Amino acid sequence: MVGKNCFAIASDRRLGVQLQTVATDFQRVFKIHGKLYIGLSGLASDAQTLYQRLVFKHKLYQLREERDMKPETFASLVSSMLYEKRFGPYFCQPIIAGLGQDDEPFICTMDCIGAKELAKDFVVSGTASESLYGACESMYKPNMEPEELFETISQALLSSVDRDCLSGWGGYVLIVTPTEVQERILKGRMD
Amino acid sequence: WKLKTANGVVIATEKKLPSILVDETSVQKIQSLTPNIGVVYSGMGPDFRVLVRKSRKQAQQYYRLYKETIPVTQLVRETAAVMQEFTQSGGVRPFGVSLLIAGYDDNGPQLYQVDPSGSYFSWKASAMGKNVSNAKTFLEKRYTEDMELDDAIHTAILTLKEGYEGQISANNIEIGVIRADREFKYVYKVNYAVFTAT
Repeated sequence: MVGKNCFAIASDRRLGVQLQTVATDFQRVFKIHGKLYIGLSGLASDAQTLYQRLVFKHKLYQLREERDMKPETFASLVSSMLYEKRFGPYFCQPIIAGLGQDDEPFICTMDCIGAKELAKDFVVSGTASESLYGACESMYKPNMEPEELFETISQALLSSVDRDCLSGWGGYVLIVTPTEVQERILKGRMD
Repeated sequence: WKLKTANGVVIATEKKLPSILVDETSVQKIQSLTPNIGVVYSGMGPDFRVLVRKSRKQAQQYYRLYKETIPVTQLVRETAAVMQEFTQSGGVRPFGVSLLIAGYDDNGPQLYQVDPSGSYFSWKASAMGKNVSNAKTFLEKRYTEDMELDDAIHTAILTLKEGYEGQISANNIEIGVIRADREFKYVYKVNYAVFTAT
Protein backbone atom coordinates (compact mmCIF):
# COMPACT_ATOMS: atom_id res chain seq x y z
CA MET A 1 0.00 0.00 0.00
CA VAL A 2 1.21 3.48 -0.87
CA GLY A 3 1.15 6.34 1.61
CA LYS A 4 2.59 9.82 1.69
CA ASN A 5 6.28 9.44 0.73
CA CYS A 6 6.20 5.94 2.23
CA PHE A 7 4.88 2.49 1.56
CA ALA A 8 3.85 -0.52 3.61
CA ILE A 9 4.20 -4.19 2.70
CA ALA A 10 2.60 -6.94 4.76
CA SER A 11 2.04 -10.67 4.75
CA ASP A 12 0.61 -13.40 6.93
CA ARG A 13 2.90 -15.87 8.66
CA ARG A 14 1.39 -19.26 7.94
CA LEU A 15 3.20 -21.99 6.08
CA GLY A 16 0.96 -24.96 5.39
CA VAL A 17 0.47 -28.05 3.28
CA GLN A 18 -3.23 -27.96 2.44
CA LEU A 19 -4.90 -28.38 5.83
CA GLN A 20 -1.82 -28.95 7.95
CA THR A 21 -0.01 -25.90 9.34
CA VAL A 22 3.74 -26.49 9.23
CA ALA A 23 5.09 -23.14 10.45
CA THR A 24 3.67 -20.00 12.02
CA ASP A 25 6.66 -17.73 11.46
CA PHE A 26 7.28 -18.09 7.76
CA GLN A 27 8.92 -15.08 6.10
CA ARG A 28 7.41 -14.01 2.80
CA VAL A 29 8.58 -10.42 2.57
CA PHE A 30 12.23 -10.06 1.64
CA LYS A 31 14.59 -7.12 1.41
CA ILE A 32 16.49 -6.48 -1.81
CA HIS A 33 18.06 -3.23 -0.70
CA GLY A 34 17.27 -0.51 1.85
CA LYS A 35 14.43 0.92 -0.21
CA LEU A 36 13.19 -2.10 -2.12
CA TYR A 37 11.22 -5.05 -0.82
CA ILE A 38 9.60 -8.01 -2.51
CA GLY A 39 6.78 -10.17 -1.17
CA LEU A 40 6.40 -13.63 -2.71
CA SER A 41 3.18 -15.59 -2.23
CA GLY A 42 2.46 -19.03 -3.58
CA LEU A 43 4.65 -22.13 -3.48
CA ALA A 44 7.09 -21.65 -0.60
CA SER A 45 10.10 -23.35 -2.19
CA ASP A 46 9.67 -21.33 -5.39
CA ALA A 47 9.40 -18.17 -3.28
CA GLN A 48 12.69 -18.94 -1.57
CA THR A 49 14.51 -19.96 -4.76
CA LEU A 50 13.24 -16.94 -6.65
CA TYR A 51 14.33 -14.67 -3.83
CA GLN A 52 17.83 -16.20 -3.80
CA ARG A 53 18.16 -15.77 -7.57
CA LEU A 54 16.98 -12.17 -7.38
CA VAL A 55 19.41 -11.29 -4.63
CA PHE A 56 22.17 -12.88 -6.73
CA LYS A 57 21.26 -10.78 -9.76
CA HIS A 58 20.91 -7.63 -7.73
CA LYS A 59 24.29 -8.08 -6.02
CA LEU A 60 25.99 -8.44 -9.41
CA TYR A 61 24.13 -5.38 -10.65
CA GLN A 62 25.33 -3.40 -7.63
CA LEU A 63 28.92 -4.44 -8.29
CA ARG A 64 28.78 -3.62 -11.98
CA GLU A 65 26.80 -0.41 -11.95
CA GLU A 66 27.93 0.79 -8.51
CA ARG A 67 24.39 1.68 -7.49
CA ASP A 68 21.16 0.10 -6.22
CA MET A 69 18.49 -0.98 -8.67
CA LYS A 70 15.53 1.31 -9.12
CA PRO A 71 12.19 -0.34 -8.23
CA GLU A 72 10.89 -0.04 -11.82
CA THR A 73 14.02 -1.68 -13.17
CA PHE A 74 13.77 -4.45 -10.57
CA ALA A 75 10.15 -5.07 -11.50
CA SER A 76 11.15 -5.43 -15.16
CA LEU A 77 13.90 -7.84 -14.13
CA VAL A 78 11.48 -10.02 -12.11
CA SER A 79 9.04 -9.96 -15.01
CA SER A 80 11.68 -11.17 -17.51
CA MET A 81 12.93 -13.84 -15.10
CA LEU A 82 9.42 -15.21 -14.63
CA TYR A 83 8.65 -15.19 -18.35
CA GLU A 84 11.88 -17.07 -19.09
CA LYS A 85 10.14 -19.99 -17.38
CA ARG A 86 6.94 -19.51 -19.34
CA PHE A 87 6.45 -23.23 -19.94
CA GLY A 88 7.52 -24.45 -16.52
CA PRO A 89 6.84 -21.47 -14.28
CA TYR A 90 7.69 -20.49 -10.75
CA PHE A 91 4.43 -20.82 -8.81
CA CYS A 92 4.71 -17.40 -7.15
CA GLN A 93 2.93 -14.11 -7.36
CA PRO A 94 5.40 -11.38 -6.43
CA ILE A 95 4.58 -8.02 -4.95
CA ILE A 96 7.27 -5.42 -5.40
CA ALA A 97 7.36 -2.25 -3.33
CA GLY A 98 10.07 0.37 -3.23
CA LEU A 99 11.01 4.02 -3.02
CA GLY A 100 12.26 5.22 -6.39
CA GLN A 101 13.93 8.40 -7.48
CA ASP A 102 13.19 11.30 -5.14
CA ASP A 103 11.73 8.70 -2.74
CA GLU A 104 8.57 8.37 -4.82
CA PRO A 105 6.76 5.14 -3.71
CA PHE A 106 6.44 2.44 -6.36
CA ILE A 107 4.36 -0.72 -6.11
CA CYS A 108 3.45 -3.43 -8.55
CA THR A 109 2.37 -7.03 -8.68
CA MET A 110 2.58 -9.68 -11.36
CA ASP A 111 1.23 -13.12 -12.09
CA CYS A 112 3.40 -16.22 -12.09
CA ILE A 113 4.58 -15.66 -15.67
CA GLY A 114 5.49 -12.01 -15.30
CA ALA A 115 2.50 -9.93 -16.37
CA LYS A 116 3.18 -6.66 -14.56
CA GLU A 117 0.37 -4.70 -12.99
CA LEU A 118 1.26 -1.24 -11.75
CA ALA A 119 -0.94 0.55 -9.26
CA LYS A 120 -0.96 3.86 -7.51
CA ASP A 121 -2.74 2.76 -4.35
CA PHE A 122 -2.39 -0.89 -3.38
CA VAL A 123 -1.55 -4.33 -4.75
CA VAL A 124 -2.44 -7.74 -3.31
CA SER A 125 -1.63 -11.37 -3.98
CA GLY A 126 -2.04 -14.79 -2.44
CA THR A 127 -4.83 -17.20 -1.53
CA ALA A 128 -6.86 -14.44 0.14
CA SER A 129 -6.40 -11.98 -2.71
CA GLU A 130 -10.09 -11.52 -3.45
CA SER A 131 -10.89 -10.64 0.17
CA LEU A 132 -7.83 -8.41 0.21
CA TYR A 133 -8.99 -6.50 -2.85
CA GLY A 134 -12.30 -5.82 -1.15
CA ALA A 135 -10.80 -4.84 2.18
CA CYS A 136 -8.15 -2.56 0.68
CA GLU A 137 -10.61 -0.91 -1.68
CA SER A 138 -12.87 0.07 1.17
CA MET A 139 -10.20 0.99 3.73
CA TYR A 140 -7.67 2.77 1.52
CA LYS A 141 -7.24 6.53 1.44
CA PRO A 142 -4.57 8.37 -0.53
CA ASN A 143 -1.69 10.23 1.17
CA MET A 144 -1.78 8.50 4.52
CA GLU A 145 0.99 9.15 7.02
CA PRO A 146 3.06 6.13 8.15
CA GLU A 147 1.13 5.52 11.39
CA GLU A 148 -2.26 5.68 9.71
CA LEU A 149 -0.97 3.55 6.84
CA PHE A 150 0.15 0.93 9.34
CA GLU A 151 -3.31 0.81 10.92
CA THR A 152 -5.04 0.56 7.57
CA ILE A 153 -2.85 -2.15 6.10
CA SER A 154 -2.97 -4.18 9.32
CA GLN A 155 -6.76 -4.06 9.48
CA ALA A 156 -7.10 -4.93 5.81
CA LEU A 157 -4.70 -7.87 6.16
CA LEU A 158 -6.19 -9.31 9.34
CA SER A 159 -9.80 -9.03 8.23
CA SER A 160 -9.03 -10.69 4.87
CA VAL A 161 -6.97 -13.58 6.20
CA ASP A 162 -9.70 -14.34 8.73
CA ARG A 163 -11.94 -15.16 5.79
CA ASP A 164 -9.40 -17.58 4.31
CA CYS A 165 -8.66 -20.91 5.92
CA LEU A 166 -5.22 -21.17 4.30
CA SER A 167 -3.96 -17.81 5.58
CA GLY A 168 -3.47 -16.43 9.03
CA TRP A 169 -1.46 -17.18 12.17
CA GLY A 170 -0.53 -13.53 12.62
CA GLY A 171 0.79 -10.82 10.38
CA TYR A 172 4.08 -9.14 9.55
CA VAL A 173 4.05 -5.50 8.48
CA LEU A 174 6.91 -3.35 7.22
CA ILE A 175 6.54 0.41 6.91
CA VAL A 176 9.27 2.04 4.81
CA THR A 177 9.89 5.77 4.77
CA PRO A 178 12.90 7.59 3.28
CA THR A 179 14.56 7.73 6.68
CA GLU A 180 13.60 4.53 8.48
CA VAL A 181 12.06 1.08 8.29
CA GLN A 182 9.63 -0.17 10.93
CA GLU A 183 8.88 -3.86 11.33
CA ARG A 184 5.86 -4.99 13.32
CA ILE A 185 4.41 -8.38 14.09
CA LEU A 186 0.63 -8.53 14.38
CA LYS A 187 -1.24 -10.91 16.61
CA GLY A 188 -4.47 -12.01 14.95
CA ARG A 189 -6.68 -15.04 15.21
CA MET A 190 -4.20 -17.87 15.58
CA ASP A 191 -6.06 -20.40 13.48
CA TRP B 1 38.58 13.43 -32.09
CA LYS B 2 36.35 13.66 -29.19
CA LEU B 3 35.52 16.42 -26.80
CA LYS B 4 33.42 16.35 -23.66
CA THR B 5 31.85 19.56 -22.40
CA ALA B 6 29.60 20.49 -19.52
CA ASN B 7 26.51 20.09 -21.64
CA GLY B 8 27.36 17.52 -24.28
CA VAL B 9 29.92 15.54 -26.26
CA VAL B 10 31.17 15.94 -29.82
CA ILE B 11 33.03 13.41 -31.97
CA ALA B 12 34.56 14.15 -35.34
CA THR B 13 36.59 12.33 -37.93
CA GLU B 14 38.07 12.90 -41.35
CA LYS B 15 36.64 10.87 -44.15
CA LYS B 16 39.51 9.98 -46.46
CA LEU B 17 38.13 8.29 -49.58
CA PRO B 18 40.42 6.25 -51.83
CA SER B 19 39.16 7.97 -54.98
CA ILE B 20 36.87 10.80 -56.02
CA LEU B 21 34.66 8.21 -57.71
CA VAL B 22 33.55 6.82 -54.36
CA ASP B 23 30.05 7.80 -53.26
CA GLU B 24 30.91 9.50 -49.97
CA THR B 25 27.37 9.24 -48.58
CA SER B 26 27.74 5.45 -48.43
CA VAL B 27 30.70 5.66 -46.07
CA GLN B 28 29.75 6.41 -42.47
CA LYS B 29 32.51 6.36 -39.91
CA ILE B 30 30.33 7.74 -37.12
CA GLN B 31 27.46 5.47 -36.05
CA SER B 32 24.97 5.46 -33.21
CA LEU B 33 24.81 2.49 -30.84
CA THR B 34 21.68 3.62 -28.99
CA PRO B 35 19.67 6.83 -29.28
CA ASN B 36 21.97 8.42 -26.71
CA ILE B 37 25.33 6.80 -27.48
CA GLY B 38 27.46 7.30 -30.58
CA VAL B 39 30.79 5.87 -31.69
CA VAL B 40 33.62 6.69 -34.08
CA TYR B 41 36.63 4.56 -34.92
CA SER B 42 40.17 4.58 -36.15
CA GLY B 43 41.36 1.49 -38.00
CA MET B 44 39.70 -1.20 -40.08
CA GLY B 45 36.20 -0.40 -41.26
CA PRO B 46 34.92 -3.99 -41.46
CA ASP B 47 36.06 -4.75 -37.90
CA PHE B 48 34.22 -1.63 -36.79
CA ARG B 49 31.00 -2.75 -38.40
CA VAL B 50 31.13 -6.08 -36.55
CA LEU B 51 31.68 -4.32 -33.21
CA VAL B 52 28.86 -1.88 -33.85
CA ARG B 53 26.53 -4.77 -34.56
CA LYS B 54 27.54 -6.65 -31.40
CA SER B 55 27.30 -3.52 -29.22
CA ARG B 56 23.87 -2.63 -30.54
CA LYS B 57 22.67 -6.13 -29.75
CA GLN B 58 24.09 -5.95 -26.23
CA ALA B 59 22.40 -2.60 -25.64
CA GLN B 60 19.07 -4.07 -26.74
CA GLN B 61 19.51 -7.17 -24.57
CA TYR B 62 20.06 -4.91 -21.58
CA TYR B 63 16.89 -3.04 -22.44
CA ARG B 64 14.89 -6.26 -22.73
CA LEU B 65 15.99 -7.31 -19.27
CA TYR B 66 15.69 -4.04 -17.37
CA LYS B 67 13.43 -1.89 -19.61
CA GLU B 68 16.00 0.84 -19.05
CA THR B 69 18.47 2.27 -21.58
CA ILE B 70 21.95 0.96 -21.00
CA PRO B 71 24.31 3.32 -19.14
CA VAL B 72 27.36 4.37 -21.18
CA THR B 73 29.83 2.70 -18.80
CA GLN B 74 28.06 -0.64 -19.05
CA LEU B 75 28.01 -0.62 -22.86
CA VAL B 76 31.68 0.34 -22.94
CA ARG B 77 32.49 -2.50 -20.52
CA GLU B 78 30.63 -5.07 -22.57
CA THR B 79 32.16 -3.90 -25.86
CA ALA B 80 35.61 -3.95 -24.30
CA ALA B 81 34.93 -7.48 -23.02
CA VAL B 82 34.16 -8.61 -26.58
CA MET B 83 37.38 -7.05 -27.82
CA GLN B 84 39.37 -8.72 -25.05
CA GLU B 85 37.82 -12.09 -25.87
CA PHE B 86 39.31 -11.89 -29.33
CA THR B 87 42.79 -11.43 -27.87
CA GLN B 88 42.59 -14.64 -25.89
CA SER B 89 40.47 -17.07 -27.90
CA GLY B 90 41.90 -19.52 -30.38
CA GLY B 91 41.74 -19.03 -34.12
CA VAL B 92 40.77 -15.37 -34.04
CA ARG B 93 42.72 -12.14 -34.28
CA PRO B 94 42.21 -8.95 -32.26
CA PHE B 95 39.94 -6.26 -33.69
CA GLY B 96 41.92 -3.76 -35.76
CA VAL B 97 40.07 -0.72 -34.44
CA SER B 98 40.20 1.75 -31.59
CA LEU B 99 36.80 3.13 -30.69
CA LEU B 100 35.77 6.44 -29.24
CA ILE B 101 32.37 6.02 -27.59
CA ALA B 102 30.40 9.16 -26.70
CA GLY B 103 27.23 9.09 -24.67
CA TYR B 104 24.94 11.05 -22.40
CA ASP B 105 23.16 9.29 -19.55
CA ASP B 106 22.17 9.88 -15.92
CA ASN B 107 25.83 10.43 -15.04
CA GLY B 108 26.12 13.24 -17.56
CA PRO B 109 28.11 13.41 -20.80
CA GLN B 110 30.84 10.80 -21.07
CA LEU B 111 33.51 9.78 -23.50
CA TYR B 112 35.51 6.57 -23.60
CA GLN B 113 38.28 5.19 -25.73
CA VAL B 114 38.43 1.41 -26.23
CA ASP B 115 41.61 -0.20 -27.59
CA PRO B 116 42.04 -3.53 -29.42
CA SER B 117 43.39 -5.02 -26.20
CA GLY B 118 40.05 -4.39 -24.55
CA SER B 119 41.26 -1.71 -22.18
CA TYR B 120 39.15 1.40 -21.92
CA PHE B 121 39.76 4.89 -20.64
CA SER B 122 37.51 7.82 -19.91
CA TRP B 123 38.62 11.08 -21.50
CA LYS B 124 37.66 14.73 -21.32
CA ALA B 125 39.14 15.20 -24.76
CA SER B 126 41.01 12.75 -26.91
CA ALA B 127 42.30 11.96 -30.36
CA MET B 128 43.43 8.82 -32.11
CA GLY B 129 44.73 7.60 -35.42
CA LYS B 130 46.86 9.62 -37.75
CA ASN B 131 48.62 12.61 -36.22
CA VAL B 132 47.47 11.71 -32.74
CA SER B 133 50.33 13.39 -30.84
CA ASN B 134 49.91 16.75 -32.56
CA ALA B 135 46.15 16.56 -32.14
CA LYS B 136 46.44 15.80 -28.43
CA THR B 137 48.87 18.65 -27.89
CA PHE B 138 46.48 20.95 -29.71
CA LEU B 139 43.58 19.74 -27.56
CA GLU B 140 45.57 20.11 -24.35
CA LYS B 141 46.04 23.76 -25.13
CA ARG B 142 42.51 24.39 -26.28
CA TYR B 143 40.41 22.32 -23.91
CA THR B 144 38.71 23.91 -20.89
CA GLU B 145 36.32 22.21 -18.48
CA ASP B 146 33.57 24.76 -18.89
CA MET B 147 33.49 24.81 -22.66
CA GLU B 148 30.17 25.20 -24.40
CA LEU B 149 29.18 22.56 -26.94
CA ASP B 150 29.40 24.88 -29.93
CA ASP B 151 32.94 25.90 -28.93
CA ALA B 152 33.74 22.22 -28.67
CA ILE B 153 32.51 21.57 -32.20
CA HIS B 154 34.62 24.45 -33.44
CA THR B 155 37.67 23.12 -31.59
CA ALA B 156 37.09 19.63 -32.96
CA ILE B 157 37.02 20.92 -36.52
CA LEU B 158 40.14 23.00 -35.95
CA THR B 159 41.91 19.96 -34.54
CA LEU B 160 41.00 18.00 -37.66
CA LYS B 161 42.18 20.83 -39.85
CA GLU B 162 45.59 20.77 -38.12
CA GLY B 163 46.36 17.29 -39.30
CA TYR B 164 44.56 17.31 -42.61
CA GLU B 165 46.52 17.18 -45.84
CA GLY B 166 44.68 19.20 -48.40
CA GLN B 167 41.53 21.23 -48.21
CA ILE B 168 39.05 20.35 -45.48
CA SER B 169 35.39 20.74 -46.34
CA ALA B 170 31.93 19.52 -45.30
CA ASN B 171 32.20 16.52 -47.63
CA ASN B 172 35.28 14.99 -46.14
CA ILE B 173 34.62 15.21 -42.41
CA GLU B 174 31.96 13.62 -40.21
CA ILE B 175 30.67 15.06 -36.95
CA GLY B 176 28.43 13.56 -34.29
CA VAL B 177 26.96 15.47 -31.35
CA ILE B 178 25.04 14.65 -28.18
CA ARG B 179 23.53 17.55 -26.30
CA ALA B 180 21.65 17.66 -23.01
CA ASP B 181 18.59 16.28 -24.81
CA ARG B 182 20.50 12.96 -24.84
CA GLU B 183 19.96 12.30 -28.50
CA PHE B 184 22.90 11.33 -30.66
CA LYS B 185 22.77 13.44 -33.80
CA TYR B 186 24.84 13.04 -36.90
CA VAL B 187 25.65 16.55 -38.08
CA TYR B 188 25.00 17.09 -41.75
CA LYS B 189 25.25 20.82 -42.11
CA VAL B 190 28.12 22.75 -40.62
CA ASN B 191 28.72 26.46 -40.51
CA TYR B 192 31.36 26.87 -43.16
CA ALA B 193 32.93 29.97 -41.64
CA VAL B 194 35.37 27.65 -39.86
CA PHE B 195 36.73 26.35 -43.14
CA THR B 196 37.10 29.64 -44.90
CA ALA B 197 39.15 31.16 -42.07
CA THR B 198 42.78 30.08 -42.28
